[in-house]
Amino acid sequence: MSGASEIIRPPRLSPLNQRRLANFRANRRGWWSFWIFLFFFVLTLGAEFVANDRPILVMYKGELLTPAFVDYPESKFGGFLGVTNFRHKVNIDEIEANGWMLWPPIRFNHNTVDSFIAFPGANPPSWLLTREQICQRYPEGVEDSFCVPGNYHWLGTDGGGRDVLARLIHGFRISILFGLVLTVLSSIIGVVAGAMQGYFGGWVDLIAQRLIEIWTSVPSLYLLLIISSVIAPNFWVLLGILLLFSWVSLVGIVRAEFLRARNFEYVNAARALGVSNRRIMWRHLLPNAMVATLTFMPFILSGSVATLTSLDFLGFGLPVTAPSLGRLLSEGKSSLDAPWLALTGFLTVAIMMTLLVFIGEAVRDAFDPRKTFR
Amino acid sequence: MSEPLLSVRDLSVHFGAGAAVDKVSFDLTAGETLALVGESGSGKSITALSLLGLQPPTASVTGQVHFDGTELVGAATATLRAIRGNQVGMIFQEPMSSLNPVHTIGKQIGEVLAVHQGLRRNAARARTLDLLDAVGIPDPQGRIDDYPHQLSGGQRQRAMIAMALANEPKLLIADEPTTALDVTVQAQVLDLLKSLQQAHGMALLFITHDLSIVRHIADRVCVMTKGEMVETGSTQTIFAAPAHHYTRQLLAAAPAGDPAPLPAQSANVVSTQDLKVWFPIRRGLLRRTVGHIRAVDGVDLGIRKGETLGVVGESGSGKSSLGYALLRLIPSTGRIVLLGNEVQSRSWNALRPLRKHMQIVFQDPFGSLSPRMSVGEIVGEGLKVHMPALSAQERDVKVAAALKEVGLEVATAARYPHEFSGGQRQRIAIARALVLEPNFLVLDEPTSALDVSIQSQIIDLLRDIQQRRQLSYLFISHDLRVVKALAHRLIVMRNGQVVEQGEAAAIFADPQQAYTRQLLAAAFDLAAPPNVTDDRLPPPHTSE
Repeated sequence: MSGASEIIRPPRLSPLNQRRLANFRANRRGWWSFWIFLFFFVLTLGAEFVANDRPILVMYKGELLTPAFVDYPESKFGGFLGVTNFRHKVNIDEIEANGWMLWPPIRFNHNTVDSFIAFPGANPPSWLLTREQICQRYPEGVEDSFCVPGNYHWLGTDGGGRDVLARLIHGFRISILFGLVLTVLSSIIGVVAGAMQGYFGGWVDLIAQRLIEIWTSVPSLYLLLIISSVIAPNFWVLLGILLLFSWVSLVGIVRAEFLRARNFEYVNAARALGVSNRRIMWRHLLPNAMVATLTFMPFILSGSVATLTSLDFLGFGLPVTAPSLGRLLSEGKSSLDAPWLALTGFLTVAIMMTLLVFIGEAVRDAFDPRKTFR
Repeated sequence: MSEPLLSVRDLSVHFGAGAAVDKVSFDLTAGETLALVGESGSGKSITALSLLGLQPPTASVTGQVHFDGTELVGAATATLRAIRGNQVGMIFQEPMSSLNPVHTIGKQIGEVLAVHQGLRRNAARARTLDLLDAVGIPDPQGRIDDYPHQLSGGQRQRAMIAMALANEPKLLIADEPTTALDVTVQAQVLDLLKSLQQAHGMALLFITHDLSIVRHIADRVCVMTKGEMVETGSTQTIFAAPAHHYTRQLLAAAPAGDPAPLPAQSANVVSTQDLKVWFPIRRGLLRRTVGHIRAVDGVDLGIRKGETLGVVGESGSGKSSLGYALLRLIPSTGRIVLLGNEVQSRSWNALRPLRKHMQIVFQDPFGSLSPRMSVGEIVGEGLKVHMPALSAQERDVKVAAALKEVGLEVATAARYPHEFSGGQRQRIAIARALVLEPNFLVLDEPTSALDVSIQSQIIDLLRDIQQRRQLSYLFISHDLRVVKALAHRLIVMRNGQVVEQGEAAAIFADPQQAYTRQLLAAAFDLAAPPNVTDDRLPPPHTSE
């Protein structure tokens, strides 16, 4: 996201970047989308502090512990298990008796199974239920000290009793990170490949273009299905496989921009000044190709997110334990009696993509020197 | 005095709040030629377009336009369409883009005949042949089935004229019809327009920025600036006694003066021996080279310190290729010596130190500056290459000095090229070349994209800089009046070869070769060469 890099700069901005920033801000829709997106992104980056089945801080017998980052054996609190379950009543009572604990607002992880859910199967959002209903399975009912808003399911649960909001927060983070890494890597590879072909032309261009044609005719989806049945896909394996095919998308436009611009008079002027090829490509041609690239980047980003989501939806994506929007959607599809699953997944994906496209448009405007705003 | 054919009263064209044309009034009688003169942005073209309701859809037109008893402002589309192309013909500046490249010229002229006169097939073809013959295209039988790209620039403009004349219009509007043409071709086209006008008794509304053409062709002149008509009168009166100060300014703006005095004998800064730029023609499946286009064919030249060598010739004569080859921007053979160093044999990297000493200013001030770099970055770029040791502050100081030297404010460094006019952009391009303190500058038509008044400013600037720094120029131009103001010596090129060379003053006073005489006559007297044929094919390459 170049828009982000434009803005997260030290205050000493050059006049050019000030102008770009002003242009970016002048696009109100993109500017607001950027801040909304940034808010969600930062919020979910710290997902462990927002939705976790462990307290953020624990004071136990005069010792400050950070269970969100460190696995403490239960023996520390007088138990016998290898890893402490902070949601267990025995442990809670032990800690509360000897200190205090600071919980995140949502006391579930994306994989936490709530043993006190009101009904068997998928539970509706808590705001559709009365407090009596929410607390009915707790040992002391409404009076139970454990039945607090942090243990409510604000967006309900899935069929396995896992909190939807927690899954959403963790799934959003992994989707965006995956999309960002994939976009950045495939843009770098694509721009370099396109730039070389366009600038040097001739045989380099001819051969590389034919290779790309052959490469793009490989059916990537089937290849992905085959590979994911051989090696268990994790974040990086999936990223690598998708990267193999996604870098091609930018080559065409970057190549076209370089082919068009390499005989411009100002490029000739730079040659006459003795500027090196690499520098001409970087200073003179890349900014030209950048508008086209940036126009495509939000689409690549949202495309990457959509690809990951759809692979998860089909069951060929990330491992089952990983949080994912795609799996949320597929569960929503299989349990139509719990519409909050599908609705939550759909709205999240739709809003995320819309924000990305609005930001992308604003970034594109910001880099266009001919664009003027009133 | 007879009833005017075209009568325009208080014509105004507004784009939003601003007026592009402000209360313009003029009359035009049959058989008369009226010239609308002004610099770019004066509203002369939009005036002509709005006469026929061809203004852009965002414009609003008010006022009255009476043509042959019909009110045209606010007239129905059908009425206007019946008049356009039928009673009023139009010719535009750029003949290549005004003709459809995928249809033959015969078909395009035939279409006009079919739409307005209902002529079909053989009748249309016969009439088209007549028209092509009338506009002086040689061998119309052989040319009628040619596509526009197969014709030369002059022939294309003749085809456009044939199309405009197809329905024997009462009024012909010619919008800078010769600006894109060579001087000799320009003279021919002007002659043609004049004789056709006399033969058909047409009224001619001629739009141009070139005063020498006006003097040659017009009966009456309207001078426009900033959308207003500041002066109107007969051609003699306006040229003899211009009343408005803008007209006087325009008349005085023609490039004038003499080249800066030469220093005492000095050595050659640049010289070439037998310089050749040959582009291979490749044919067939295996792309074998079957021949060459000789863009530059064996040129010897030498330029001394502080001297300007003018290179003149028509388009396609290889003058731009010569300039590019000197800087090794295109491959060439033959010897090039710069300050005693061989240029030709060096590798690209070994050539870099020499590039500091030779720089170029291009023709198009809009294309030669990167739109995505600030002026400061553009001017400072060469410093980064050749003086990498400079700190950012030292570089800024040099950039500021270069901008000042070309007459720009230092504050412009932070702005982008699109915020500047053509003349200012050309100054920036000159600053970019000067900041390296070169010894030799190639000026590739640096003034031809500019208005006349700006042209003379740039010429004065170049002359000043030359005098101050003892620079050597290779000045490439098709405009002999500009060359006369700057060049000490001259070479005349045709088809890649030097036709004539010598002291500029001597050549202007007494040209030895017939071709040079033709060129001079066409440029200064707008006289067409005696053999009225320009059946020269368009240059197969476009290095200009």
